[in-house]
This record gives sequence, C-alpha cells and structure tokens, in this order.
Amino acid sequence: MYFKSFNPLDGEQLQIMNEHGEIIRDDLMPDISDEDLIEMYKTMLFSRVIDTKTLQYQRQGRMLTYAPNLGQEATQVGTIAATRSTDWMASAFRELGAWLYRGAPLYNILLYWYGNEWGMHMPEDVKILPVSVPIASQLQHAAGLAYASVLKGEDDIAIGYVGDGGTSQGDFHEALNFAAVMNTPNVFIVQNNQYAISTKRSQQTNAATIAQKAIAYGMPGIQVDGNDIFAVYAATEEAVKRARSGGGPSLIECYTYRLGAHTTADDPTKYRDNEEVEQWKKKDPIDRLKKHLIMKNLWTEEKDLEQIENYGQYVKSTFEKVENSGLVPLEDVFDYHYEKRTPELERQYQERKAYNSSIGS
Amino acid sequence: MAILNVIEAITHALDLEMSRDDRVVVFGEDVGFEGGVFRATVGLQEKFGVKRCFDSVLAESAIIGSGIGMAINGLIPVVEIQFSGFMFPGYNQIVTHAARMRNRSRGRFTVPMVIRMPYGGGVRALEHHSESLEVLFSHIPGLKVVIPSTPYDAKGLLLAAIRDPDPVIFLEPKRIYRAFKQEIPDEDYTIPLGKAKVIKEGADLTVVCWGAMVRDVQKAIEPLEKEGHSIELIDLRTIAPWDKDTVIESVKKTGRIAVIHEAAKSYGPAAEIITAVNEGAFLYLEAPPKRITGLDTIVPLPKGEHHYLPDAQYIAQELKSVLTF
Repeated sequence: MYFKSFNPLDGEQLQIMNEHGEIIRDDLMPDISDEDLIEMYKTMLFSRVIDTKTLQYQRQGRMLTYAPNLGQEATQVGTIAATRSTDWMASAFRELGAWLYRGAPLYNILLYWYGNEWGMHMPEDVKILPVSVPIASQLQHAAGLAYASVLKGEDDIAIGYVGDGGTSQGDFHEALNFAAVMNTPNVFIVQNNQYAISTKRSQQTNAATIAQKAIAYGMPGIQVDGNDIFAVYAATEEAVKRARSGGGPSLIECYTYRLGAHTTADDPTKYRDNEEVEQWKKKDPIDRLKKHLIMKNLWTEEKDLEQIENYGQYVKSTFEKVENSGLVPLEDVFDYHYEKRTPELERQYQERKAYNSSIGS
Repeated sequence: MAILNVIEAITHALDLEMSRDDRVVVFGEDVGFEGGVFRATVGLQEKFGVKRCFDSVLAESAIIGSGIGMAINGLIPVVEIQFSGFMFPGYNQIVTHAARMRNRSRGRFTVPMVIRMPYGGGVRALEHHSESLEVLFSHIPGLKVVIPSTPYDAKGLLLAAIRDPDPVIFLEPKRIYRAFKQEIPDEDYTIPLGKAKVIKEGADLTVVCWGAMVRDVQKAIEPLEKEGHSIELIDLRTIAPWDKDTVIESVKKTGRIAVIHEAAKSYGPAAEIITAVNEGAFLYLEAPPKRITGLDTIVPLPKGEHHYLPDAQYIAQELKSVLTF
C-alpha cells in the first residue's frame, strides 16, 4: 500500500510522524506494539550513546578510526525491526543501530573498530555479514543469500544496506538487476545521508530521487522520511512481506542526514555549513520518537536520562574490556585464510614464531 | 571408462557432483540453455532444472558476488566467467570478498565456491580472450588457483575444487579443450589440490609447466631426450598453493630448472618458482634458472600471436641452453 501510494517518480516521500513527534497520517500508522516501540527507541538511544562515547575515546587516542551513525538511527533500527531474526543482513559499515537490534554484541562491535577481526565473528544465531569496506559490493552478497534461501526452500529474506554514494557503484546496479531478474527475496535499503564523505547527494546522481531507480530494474521503490521511524518501519515491513511471499525485491530510500563526520578521519565543517546541520538537528530521529513516546505516556525525560546513564556505564565497562583484550596471537594471523594452513603458510608461521621467540615476544 | 576431451571431462565432473550434492549450483553467462559458449555445462539445465543451472545476467561482479552470498548461505556455487579476460569487473568481488570472508569473520562465514574460467591463447581469438592471468589470483591470500592439463586431471581437480572448503579459481586452458581425448574412469575420483604431478622423471633438468604448455613442452623435450638428455617434467597442476617441495627436491636431483608459462614474463609465476628454488636449492644449481614465457606485451591478435607464445621449437632451444650451460 505504501509503495503504490508514494510514487518516487512524483517526488512523494512517505512521512507518518512530523518533526514534533505528532502522527500526521494516522491511517498509515504501522502496527507496532508499545513494547517493540520502546525496544526500538532504546536501541536508537543506545546507538547514540555508543557513538558519543566512542568519539570521545577516539579523540583521547584510545580508539582507531570510527564511523559514527549520529542522525541515522531511525533508518537503521526502523528497517531491521521489520525483519525477523532468521533473516540475513548484509551491511556496509555505518549500521550500528541495525547491528545492535539484531543482537550483535557491543563487545564485538567495539572490538572490530579497535582493530581486531574477532569483532566480526558474530554469534551463531546472528546472521549479519561482516563489515564491508568496499562500497556497494555487499548488495551482491545479499542477492546471493536470498537466492540460496529460495533454493533451500526457506522463507528467510536478505536485507542489504548501502549509502547514497554507493548507488553510483556498478555493484549497486548489478545486485539490484540480478535480484529483480531472479525475483530474489531482498530488501535494499539506501541510507541517503546526503554526503559520500564530502560529495553531496546532488553530485552523486542526476536522478530526482534514488528510489526512482527501482523502476528501471522492475522492482518497487519508495522514498521515506528516514528520520521518521514509523515511515521507515512501515515501508520495510511491506517490502519484507512482499519478499517473503515470493513477490521479489524492493528498494527503499531513507532520506536522512549524517549529523557527524564520515569517519573520525574527516572534518565535515570543511564541506557543509553549520546552518544546514542545525536545520537537520531539528529533525533528529531520536528527539522525534522521544517526544512521541512521552506524548503517549510510554516514556519520560527521567527514564531517558537514567537510560543514557546506564548505557554510558555499559559502554565504558565494555570498552575497558576491549582495551584490555590485548594483541592477537600469531596463530590468529595465519589461521583464517583457508580451512587448513597451506604448507607455505605453515613455513611462514614457523619462521615468524621462531623469530618471535628469539626476541622474547 | 569413457573417452573424453577436456571440456567433456569438465561437464562430466559437474554432472557427477550436481547429482551427488544438491547444494551445487552452476551459473554464469549463457551456461544454462546453451550450455556455455564452450558447452562445458551442456545438458545440466535440462537434467537439474533452471534453479540449479541458469543463465545469469551479463554481469561478472553479480555472478561472483551473488555466488559469495549463496556460498555463505549453504550452497556450493560453481560459476563460469565466460573468458578470464572478462573477469575484471568481478575481480573486486574475488579479491575483496571471496578471498577474505573466512578471515574477516574469523571462520564464521566461508566461501566454498569455484570460479571457472577459460584462459590462455592460441585459439585465434579477439582481444581480451587470450591472456594468462594466473598470477593475478595466485598473489591473493585466501584463494587457490588450479589449472588442469589433461581430461583426467580436469575431472579429478574439478571435483576436488568443488569439495574444497575455500574459494578456488579453476582456470581452463581453452587451447586444449578439444585438442585430444583420454580414457577417464566413470567413477568418482579426486586429485588433491596443491600437489604437482611428476609426468616423467629425469636426471639433468627440471622443467616446470602447466596447462596447455604441457603438451608443447612434451613435444620440445622429445628431440632433447633423443640426444641423451634426461629431463624431469613437472606439471604444477595447482598454481596456488604450489608444490614447492616437489620442485625443490627435483632441482636438488637435476641441478637445473626451467619454468615455462604463457603468462607475461615480468612478475610472472616463473619468478616465484625460481626464487623459491634459489632460496631452497641454490647450492645445487649448475646453471642459471631459466624462464620461458610469454612476452611483456599485450597478447597480439591472431596474426601476431605466434611471436608471443613459446612454441616447441623455441622451448627446445632454450632448454638446450640450460642443459649445456
């Protein structure tokens, strides 16, 4: 119903809740239990606290390069909340909210950004592919994961995430085209946060919307207000339902804004003005949902502060554990290239091991 | 026993494995209905259905990238890239994902996938159809690179590649696709990856080669042997990880080595093999090791290709210079 009513070619954007947390389209409200909604809000808040703390650690020189998610929490949590835990997720690297909602342990996430591959060793029941640093290539994996589901007679779908910059990559096109032709159960999420490092959305594509690109592949597309969790959830839920019932893939453009830097190695004040950032701050997805929850008597400012404090403590203690995790042993560097070390890898391992013992390390 | 050529042996192996293991799926450009431009997958769609053997969209990155996703989600994709010279759009997926997924996820996700590609020259082809690019894969940690030189090996190596838990690049020397036939056992057999084959033993010179060059080398050493030289001929079979021990042991016995490949000379596989020999058997050497290879040029179109590929006469002359150093 959402995809049909909000045609991206007409420049329509799905919005259900306004910037003040008020529901402006009651008729379009998705059915989310209060319990789930609070869980979604808490995950967004958790994500924000992690970002805030991690940025502090990075500035203190305790953390490596980090990609903050500030401003995109609704896009991430709203999309993943509409899937189920057996569905697959192929993400890029700025999907903290989705990872958390899906059960990726905070320790793992921080460990990864701290420089240890074990961070991406997800628990068995967490079907999240590792961070994909190359841009848009993970959407191809999403297509394959989804095809395999069909072939195995399962009804799990695969959700894939990419940024607006990623839509310029050939792999974006190839993955969507493959998925549409093969009718795979996929949902492709574009987190249009307006910038690919410093390159503006207007320099990324000449198309009026990214969502309209779906039309060319022969799949439904929709642009949603990415800071409105209800709009994000509603569109994703419809797309997931379609995918799961054999209706094929969909593309959802979440129109949002990256409030922070691309990564900590980047200074966004050089390429965008403060006025623009301030305008978007007024649309902050977390403030918006908080106002809504308070209006519905589901949340209070006191609870909010308490939750932020608790999360802060948890992030602090988890990060301390990460800091104490030490360096990886030599075996770790050799053991995961093949199921068994090749003879040459074994030789190189033995040489390095002998050298390490000779210097007492 | 069936009498098959290389391409028929490949079809036979795919058929056998698709029957044995329903996780195996075969796809790529034109591989379904038509059975591939070289007919390697002929009959498979008819037998196993369009879900397990299908024509992919014309997109190398999608073929390899979606294959990676399928492999992670429990299938065993055996994909065909129509010519190895067309693999570059998919090279990103091979290098940045297929080769690294196990490492990146510390073993949580693996990519048991085979990427088949016809490669090499000598078939009077268009541009981008004749290169030998084995070194571009062999340099990448996490990949295995296999090249058969006979129908028997094609079957045994392909079955081993499909059953391997890691991504395997299976390069098929198209010059010998239909060049000769061999008796092949009907039953299941595998040839271990990473093991070279000593085609014939000898005492004076170790010659290492693979793929289509094996037959040229066999032709080249005939007159030399008639002259009384004793040559040990090794078919490497797997380029990565390659069988260093067999080659070094051989050089310790013969004191001489020549490596022959179609790929361009500089930074080519021969450089790696000879360096390993220098590291492992330097004091046994009685002559400088020799590389007999393609040129550091773009492979010429058919009217100039004879300058590029080392033929039997040229190989014989170069081997003679090592033998008589």
